[in-house]
Amino acid sequence: MTTRYTKSHEYVRVEAETGVVGITDYAQAQLGDVVFVELPPAGQNVSKGAGVATVESVKAASEVNAPVSGEVVEVNSALADSPGLVNEDPTGKGWFLKIKLSDAVELESLMDEDTYREFLKAVS
Amino acid sequence: MRYLPLNDEDRADMLARIGVSHIDALFADIPKAKRLEQDLDLPSRKTEMEVERVLSRLAAKNVAAGSVPFFVGAGAYKHHVPATVDHLIQRSEFLTSYTPYQPEISQGTLQTIFEFQTQVAGLTSMDAANASMYDGSTATVEAVAMAHRITKRRKAILSGGLHPHYAEVVGTYSAMSGDAVVVLPPDLFAAENLAGVVGDETSCVVVQNPDFFGNLRDLSGAAATCHAKGALLIAVFTEVVSLGLVKPPGAMGADIVAGEGQSIGNRLNFGGPYVGLFATKSKYLRQMPGRLCGETVDASGRRGFVLTLSTREQHIRRDKATSNICTNSGLASLAFSIHLTLLGDAGLRRLARVNHANAVALADRLAAVKGVKVLNETFFNEFTIKIAGDAAEVVRRMAEQGVLGGVPVSRLLPDKGLDDLILAASTEINTDADRVIYTKTLQGNLSC
Amino acid sequence: MLMQQKFDPQAVGSEAPVAKTFTGNRGLETEEGLIFETGRPENTGVDLDEPLPFKHRLGSLERQEPAGLPGLSEPESMRHYVRLSRLNYAIDAGIYPLGSCTMKHNPRLNEAMARLPGFADIHPLQPQSTVQGALELIAELAHWLMVMTGMDAVAMSPRAGAHGEACGMMAIKAAIAAKGEDQARKIVLVPESAHGTNPASAAVAGFEVRTVPARPDGTLDPAEVMRRLGPDAAAIMLTNPNTCGLFEKDVVELAALVHEAGAYFYCDGANFNAIMGKTRPGDLGVDAMHINLHKTFSTPHGGGGPGAGPVVLSSRLAPFAPVPFLRRDKGGFHLVEHKSEAPDSFGRIAAFHGQMGMFVRAFAYMLSHGADGLRQAAEDAVLNANYVRACLKDLMSGPFGDRLCLHEVLFDETWLRPTGLTTVDFAKAMIDEGFHPMTIYFPLVVHGAMLIEPTESESKASLDLFIAALRDLALAAKRGETERFVGAPYLAPRRRLDETRAARNPILKWKKPGG
Repeated sequence: MTTRYTKSHEYVRVEAETGVVGITDYAQAQLGDVVFVELPPAGQNVSKGAGVATVESVKAASEVNAPVSGEVVEVNSALADSPGLVNEDPTGKGWFLKIKLSDAVELESLMDEDTYREFLKAVS
Repeated sequence: MRYLPLNDEDRADMLARIGVSHIDALFADIPKAKRLEQDLDLPSRKTEMEVERVLSRLAAKNVAAGSVPFFVGAGAYKHHVPATVDHLIQRSEFLTSYTPYQPEISQGTLQTIFEFQTQVAGLTSMDAANASMYDGSTATVEAVAMAHRITKRRKAILSGGLHPHYAEVVGTYSAMSGDAVVVLPPDLFAAENLAGVVGDETSCVVVQNPDFFGNLRDLSGAAATCHAKGALLIAVFTEVVSLGLVKPPGAMGADIVAGEGQSIGNRLNFGGPYVGLFATKSKYLRQMPGRLCGETVDASGRRGFVLTLSTREQHIRRDKATSNICTNSGLASLAFSIHLTLLGDAGLRRLARVNHANAVALADRLAAVKGVKVLNETFFNEFTIKIAGDAAEVVRRMAEQGVLGGVPVSRLLPDKGLDDLILAASTEINTDADRVIYTKTLQGNLSC
Repeated sequence: MLMQQKFDPQAVGSEAPVAKTFTGNRGLETEEGLIFETGRPENTGVDLDEPLPFKHRLGSLERQEPAGLPGLSEPESMRHYVRLSRLNYAIDAGIYPLGSCTMKHNPRLNEAMARLPGFADIHPLQPQSTVQGALELIAELAHWLMVMTGMDAVAMSPRAGAHGEACGMMAIKAAIAAKGEDQARKIVLVPESAHGTNPASAAVAGFEVRTVPARPDGTLDPAEVMRRLGPDAAAIMLTNPNTCGLFEKDVVELAALVHEAGAYFYCDGANFNAIMGKTRPGDLGVDAMHINLHKTFSTPHGGGGPGAGPVVLSSRLAPFAPVPFLRRDKGGFHLVEHKSEAPDSFGRIAAFHGQMGMFVRAFAYMLSHGADGLRQAAEDAVLNANYVRACLKDLMSGPFGDRLCLHEVLFDETWLRPTGLTTVDFAKAMIDEGFHPMTIYFPLVVHGAMLIEPTESESKASLDLFIAALRDLALAAKRGETERFVGAPYLAPRRRLDETRAARNPILKWKKPGG
């Protein structure tokens, strides 16, 4: 199991051929209270870097980009009623969707945990 | 100048505090060559009396609706507005407040918006309404854009019974965004067949009820046709008083409702300001344009209201917003809401019945005139007559004789061979004496 | 609980033994239920006789289900709305320093004039021979707007500022199409400090938006604009004076660059009130600009509209103006209502002819001021803003240093940061002092923006009190009296409202309890 990060603060946690995608703790803190998450239908194909979901707080709306290419195999339906999960547990119960990776090599262009931590120091 | 509190002594003191010697130093960023060295070539200041004189003279050149027998409609209607309404909307705290950005000191405006949204949802029989749009025509444009977002299709079909201005406005916006619009031919008898034109690319069908020609339309068939093809039905109205008596769009399967609310609480104002009404189903809430007010609680647990779901709006989404609309029609929607609060269900139904009864009485009188044919089988407070003569010319001559006798259809639909049609509206303001004069005057101007 | 013992404004000045009242009311400040809780559908406040028996013509479409609208008698209605009104702040009651919103005095003469039956009680589709006075007023207002802006034409039908923006961008699109360049020119440049309506309006007109960053001094760098002006450029949308309260000093050069690139210059005229009578947008190279009559010309904001947004146009864009517009011939004024009479027009953007009620008010304001008074109003507005700036700059930080401003002064959050407080905390504490806060968090280019626009309507005494109160608050913040801020407002009709709750579970209408 590996977790990789993007510069736009998405994470993808790869288990077998499937990546669990969400936004990082830093991202949820920047957004503030999340009030709505718009998710794609399962079965949709996405390409790395393209918008795949939208997350809204009271004062901001933000596109969530797919960190990897592939097929959306599942979305977190619990977010419909409890968008606050994104704030409470962004990397756990607050996950957005699962993507079946079409090209695992793409992971190499993403940041690992240490690099992301350094990246955060630089941006904040 | 009576509106400017500073005097020259204040100005001098303040310039000194700022640390400049002359007011023009504050405008130093304007390129020197582009600064105006003297006042514009316009008259200088006027006293209140003088302004009254100028404007009263201009006003006196117009024929006010209340001064003559009046039967003009076609998208704007003269109704009686209770004096209470105009008094209340001139309360300083309503008239001179801004969009409620600071909810703690704007609960008055916010609660009235919440009540307005509830009233509009109830009237249209829809799940939710917004805080209002500019007017009915722009609300219709927003409804079409919203349907495109929901269906991810880009083709609208406009009924031939839709107000021609509304159809033109949708056409203008669609041409700009590159979306397709099909405008069906004028449909005088509510006879158009939508099943043949709605296809898999159709995003929405826009149908007006009562339609432009006054006919009542059962929208259920249109809704079924749309839904079978994955399209949405947008129901439009221009006479909101009709909803007191006529089956509401929500009861006939409409997905989005856009309408003009001027008739309740607002005067004719030569076309504006009016108030656009907008409602939809719960499932489309987040695609709705415009401001929304929602209920919540404050830090002490007391009920209060705030503007909400604002992430749909331009100040956050910018070019990806659901709409570019910023203001709504605040004060006009307040007038609407106050008038409707005075009316209530019972008052609205009675008002609608009086409108309908007056229109029926007018239709009966006109039908008896040689050279006049009432085209409608059904109508609310407006219908179409076909006359022996040129409608525009007849209406003009009637105006010279002191009767404002309706709208020639050719004013809105020129070059369509509809030169002998007049739209005649009758609301609660008309007396039987008005109808007698109308009938006689019309008769006297016919070419038979 | 946020409220601490150290600072308890509810106790300050109110040593009353009643902490909580039975009614929830507090003296003149009264709680008011919803009409749905107090009214009944069978009641009505409008007397109307039932019609005599008649045969209806509704076919099968009579309404079966009532709308669920409560009715209130006239005294009950009056009381409901008067009580609600008292929960609102208003310009008539105090300074309303919302930057970019221009909350100036709304003269009641304007209200009276707009209500003359000859204006308020005329129908847009009456024969034109019966509304010549109304058409003359529109023509006169248009004349004033053209003289003040130095432009060649004006489209009167836009119903608000954002509608005017869309209208101007549509005229630009039509002009580009007329040159056969509509496939090539799709890009509209918008500074990042622009109001959100600008990019949204460009999108409505079918353009793609590209953002241009500002210089550190808040204005636009011609070099940055030039880099982005290619053969795909359609227009720039520039607010001038901009949303930081500054005049774009390179505007003439910017206009020339835009024109050389074959593009058009749209100016957001939201802040025209700062420069009226001092310079003319037409002389600066503007091709189209909307004017918010509710800002510059004092038509009331009404809790969020109605506005009016006429768009002045250069000779290059005039032929493409929307219908309807006015022509004068020997028979008097004549409305051109159809594209068949104006083939280059891009079409119609709203039903009827524009916001007549707002036209009357704006024209009354213009006549009252005259050319000299309008210039004086602009000067006083700019003077007032700079006075506020001069009196606060030692305590509050501005993003652009000690720079003069026009009609509004921009502060940022830097000075507050060491206190741990935020802009919103500071704003809410102003409410307890009896002021409406300034515009906050706009423009977006500045962290924690506080944009103050006093307008020309404030007296020196009013400004001095406002300044003294802000200084007191600023000093309190720096002393670490955080309770005065983080829980504020304490003394308004409501404490801070839970916006997260409202957005997570939207309740947008009243529902019958249990229903």
